Amino acid sequence: MRKELPNDRRKFILSMARGVGLSAMGALVWSAYVDEVKAAPLILRPPGALDEPDFLKTCIKCGLCVEACPYDTLMLAQPGDNNPIGTPFFVPRDIPCYMCDDIPCVPVCPTGALVQDSVTTEVEDELTWDITKIDMGLAVVDVESCIAFWGIQCDACYRACPLMDEAITLQYDKNERTGKHAFLKPIVHADACTGCGLCERACVTKKPAIYVLPNEVALGEVGDHYIKGWDKADESRLKDAKGGTTVTERSNRSAVDSLNDTGDLY
Amino acid sequence: MRKIRYLLMRRFTQIGILVLYFGANAYGWKILQGNLSASSLFETVPLADPFALLQMLFAGAVLATDVIVGALIIALFYAVIGGRAFCSWVCPINMVTDLANWLRRRLGISDVQKRVYMSRNVRYWVMAMALLLSTAMGLAAFEIISPIAMAHRGLVFGMGFGIGALVIIFLFDLFVHENAWCGYVCPLGGFYSILGKFSLFRVKHDAEACTLCMKCKEVCPEKEVLFMIGKNSGSVLMGACTNCARCIEVCDDDALDFSIRSQLEQTIEQTKEKA
Ligand code: SF4
Ligand code: SF4
Ligand code: SF4
Ligand code: SF4
Ligand code: SF4
Repeated sequence: MRKELPNDRRKFILSMARGVGLSAMGALVWSAYVDEVKAAPLILRPPGALDEPDFLKTCIKCGLCVEACPYDTLMLAQPGDNNPIGTPFFVPRDIPCYMCDDIPCVPVCPTGALVQDSVTTEVEDELTWDITKIDMGLAVVDVESCIAFWGIQCDACYRACPLMDEAITLQYDKNERTGKHAFLKPIVHADACTGCGLCERACVTKKPAIYVLPNEVALGEVGDHYIKGWDKADESRLKDAKGGTTVTERSNRSAVDSLNDTGDLY
Repeated sequence: MRKIRYLLMRRFTQIGILVLYFGANAYGWKILQGNLSASSLFETVPLADPFALLQMLFAGAVLATDVIVGALIIALFYAVIGGRAFCSWVCPINMVTDLANWLRRRLGISDVQKRVYMSRNVRYWVMAMALLLSTAMGLAAFEIISPIAMAHRGLVFGMGFGIGALVIIFLFDLFVHENAWCGYVCPLGGFYSILGKFSLFRVKHDAEACTLCMKCKEVCPEKEVLFMIGKNSGSVLMGACTNCARCIEVCDDDALDFSIRSQLEQTIEQTKEKA
């Protein structure tokens, strides 16, 4: 009996070690896989969705939004789609979002991954649905393959846009090549475009010359160190700005002294 | 019929639930919409998977009331009434693993195969790891790999490669180990084992009537829970019991049956004895 005790303990420790080893390996594979699926940035989410990282946390993958959409726009990602499995998304090229006035896909969401507040406005003390507030992505024009930029009249996307003259405007430019015709170039405006993709669906070229990208991919960011001096609202950002002064050994002296000082050079 | 009455009932609920979900997606039925992760009953009562919710909380999600209420309803149901009944009465994987185990018995694979050692506790480790990884990765970690959700979503919303999940579990159970997935690995099964530990719905054993044929142990997917067979009467109290009733059906001597209050009675008796 006595002799067996240390053996037992050894067995126990060894089996614990095996457990820990297996767990560590499992966790490694598991987290590597999760990391991989999370890294799919080219996905368009339903109206009113939270930002991608919060959306991934919050969506329970129930598909209630998918079932609520009357146009079968939304789908749940299947294994093999290379998207986070089970989460809802849409592909405007196949079926765009028709921007329903009553937005049936949003209120059914049980988790708050689709935010009702983000798609309503207050009109005379009453909350009403406002589909124009959704911001699922941004339409981008490939000017090389858009025939309007060649000088051929098209405007299919412009007419398909539910926010015509706000999200897409036509810019009239002189066609220098012919000298007597005009370009009617589609220009998308990021503040109004909802990312519904009706333009992408309507585009006449073989592969659409206008396509919706997630904002994360389509939009740049200026940062705060540029200010539109001609814009009063933008310039007001300067009001509370405080200038900072960096004090170094050299800046203690006047600029001229500092420049005249050759130090140990000669 | 008597021999398979519970089996028929289980298949009826398992398939019935799938049909309702499928109909909601395909034909717009308004009875049970969504899927096992979260659903809405008659467009009013929210229901949600409490283990998925737990992972989401660990991931740091700020959740709406609907899904929290839904998860509480389901958690309360299994904690107070059903025990681990989700596994044998609702989960669609159960049909696949039952088939694999039936084939295993038919082909006598368990008799030929050398037993690989696996611990029943693996599922609790996987469960803990799911929660830790949820926090570390910032999303519900098991939900993104769960073959249960994958296969179930596949059946309701269209399959894709989701069929692969079913095939893998089937082969795993058939060739690697008896009940390998549901009895050892699945963290959702582990979660419900813990949650349903004190539920009222229990299998009860009558040792007087038992003739020690041990058919019940042969058919039980969680044999350990039947340790009292032929020794003492009482309820099956271990949480791992899935309330599948296979033991009840297989017993020719009426030594096993369901009892709704037996656990309660047993605890009362025990306290009386002590007093
Ligand atoms: S707004 Fe309408 S078309 Fe667009 S996703 Fe929602 S339900 Fe579908
Ligand atoms: S309804 Fe909400 S939780 Fe359900 S799949 Fe859609 S976004 Fe996710
Ligand atoms: S995606 Fe296209 S159609 Fe939709 S709002 Fe933007 S520009 Fe208009
Ligand atoms: S529909 Fe396509 S080709 Fe025509 S103007 Fe728009 S982007 Fe250009
Ligand atoms: S153990 Fe897991 S896969 Fe098996 S029946 Fe239970 S929940 Fe389903």
